[in-house]
Amino acid sequence: MTATLTPTTPGAARIHAAFARAKQEGRAAFIPFMTAGYPTAQAFPAVADALLGQADILEVGIPYSDPLGDGPTIQRASEQALAGGTSTRHTLALVRELRSRHDTPIVIMTYVNPIYAVGPREFMRLAQEAGVDGLILPDLPPDQDLEIADLAAEHGMAVTFLIAPTSTPARVKLVAEACTGFLYAVSVTGVTGTREGSALNEVPAMLALARQHAKVPVAVGFGVKDAETAAQVAQVADGVVVGSAFINAVKAGQDVGALAASIRAGCKQN
Amino acid sequence: MSLQLPTYPQPDERGRFGRFGGRYVPETLIPALDELQAAYIEARNDPAFLNELERLLKDFVGRPSGLYLAQRLTEHAGGAKIYLKREDQNYTGAHKINNCLAQALLAKRMGKGRVIAETGAGQHGVASATAAALLGLECIVYMGAEDIRRQALNVFRMKLLGAEVREVTSGTSTLKDATNEAIRDWVTNVRDTFYILGSVVGPHPYPAMVRDFQSIIGEEVKVQHQALEGRPVPDAIVACVGGGSNAIGIFAPFAYLPEDQRPLLIGTEAAGEGVESGRHAASVAGGRIGVLHGAMMYLLNDDEGQIVPPHSISAGLDYPGIGPEHCLYSETGVAQYVPVTDAQALDALQLLTRLEGIIPALETAHAIHAAVNLARTMRPDQTVVVNLSGRGDKDVAEVMRLLDLGREQDAAPTPRTPEVHA
Repeated sequence: MTATLTPTTPGAARIHAAFARAKQEGRAAFIPFMTAGYPTAQAFPAVADALLGQADILEVGIPYSDPLGDGPTIQRASEQALAGGTSTRHTLALVRELRSRHDTPIVIMTYVNPIYAVGPREFMRLAQEAGVDGLILPDLPPDQDLEIADLAAEHGMAVTFLIAPTSTPARVKLVAEACTGFLYAVSVTGVTGTREGSALNEVPAMLALARQHAKVPVAVGFGVKDAETAAQVAQVADGVVVGSAFINAVKAGQDVGALAASIRAGCKQN
Repeated sequence: MSLQLPTYPQPDERGRFGRFGGRYVPETLIPALDELQAAYIEARNDPAFLNELERLLKDFVGRPSGLYLAQRLTEHAGGAKIYLKREDQNYTGAHKINNCLAQALLAKRMGKGRVIAETGAGQHGVASATAAALLGLECIVYMGAEDIRRQALNVFRMKLLGAEVREVTSGTSTLKDATNEAIRDWVTNVRDTFYILGSVVGPHPYPAMVRDFQSIIGEEVKVQHQALEGRPVPDAIVACVGGGSNAIGIFAPFAYLPEDQRPLLIGTEAAGEGVESGRHAASVAGGRIGVLHGAMMYLLNDDEGQIVPPHSISAGLDYPGIGPEHCLYSETGVAQYVPVTDAQALDALQLLTRLEGIIPALETAHAIHAAVNLARTMRPDQTVVVNLSGRGDKDVAEVMRLLDLGREQDAAPTPRTPEVHA
């Protein structure tokens, strides 16, 4: 599927190439997430470097005061990063610094209000300058604002929208067709965060539906916390997104690089 | 059956009031919002639903609420007649119950046995818990830790009514954070949970649906003003605005009249310690366009899009945004939004209490302040209707604390440190 893609932007091309490389290695793409400026603005680059050492694509979150799609783990990380002075423009500066050291594609996760506050065009300009390859927009269903995707494309970036287990076939089609980077399938009804036990029951049916419409790779996130859950997801998805588990690891002072390596290894496809 | 829910030309089919409103929420909720919209349209056209709602509004809530000529307040202002639309006479003490009963009936109709709500001052929480008890629904209310402190009596009421009150300690521990938590709960439990949203905010269809349910306030005013003054439309209407549900309820039935027949519509925003102080909740006067809780609206947010914590003496107005329909009214000049400070509201609360024997909620006191100032500029043959959105019982302890504090300062003024200038 990824081989036949005709990406519309340089960002989309880089993201699709990352998926294709992982596939060649018999893996689902490994997409770790980290909140920019967490645990501190000073310590963040080292954490990001450790993740980039393993990642196929790195997802960097702009810390936001009211992240209603996130659970307590990412929310507290956002509060801590904001208290330390990291928000929108600073996040883009941090990404720019990472891009000077790494070729790995970097996508930004942001709620829409920071985009509107900076101004959509100005935001895209700053993101492009920083070397951002794509945007993930958790509170922007694609039919809410068609301009954002166009502006992102104009600035060389891809966009990723989300589907959920509650999405109707018509919604899956609409969202899938709007994605230019990858399609992000939320594994459960709920907010981000690791969960007890396996919560991935609804994933295979959702992905089967998504693949009927998606022209881009399909990644799964929410509730993936270790090599074992990553392995389950990798059987059906092109990519695996892991977020809260890395925040928890940073918080606990664990070796983030080692955890990332272990989850990457779990992403092996049979 | 005589109850009809009004139809208005806004929002458009995408849930937009001009550029405001919309549905900026996680995809998980979009199907639930579609389902809600379909269920609401079906219910509002079903005589069985309307009959049941009408019966409850009359016999359980005690509607219609009075339209009362405030004689002594009118004399005090010395201008237009001031009428009070007595939503404080409603069972549970505020306009909130109109919307909660309607939404709880809708929840039951949709087969959702679990309802959730957010609350600031506690009025919406109490109304939700009341409606849930009446209809046998499980009820969970999210409330900020700071508001729990300020509104202990309402917290106890909710618990007594069988609701679970969940304390929210994230962010600023107030209404906006309680709303975030309620939305998160809904995202997680969307298949069996109905979210009873308390104001004309949130994703479509909430701003339109809550407005329709609250429009009974303005519709009653038309009939009552006709009986009292021989004409259905007052010269001016004043209501306080946090999210803005009581204000929309009394404005909307008049807002779409032709301009030359429309009353002056005044919304009062909580200016806290003054808009220039930065400690306020005045989203129109001191905010700019942004997105929060699923809708585009005037919003207190900084130049990087972080939400600025609001401040108001009144927990119910302590919200950083304002309903999208109000934003449209403001942008098009259909209504004006004026800031009223904490101190002005506290004075107005005492004024109304002394002159009329009515202790209003602190929210409502903001509207009283503006109404008195407005009436003063008008002729005695003109009328101002103030939406007395709620009674002050819940605020008495907080008002006592604030006034006692003032007295202590009067009795023993703190010596001011002389300012040193270089």
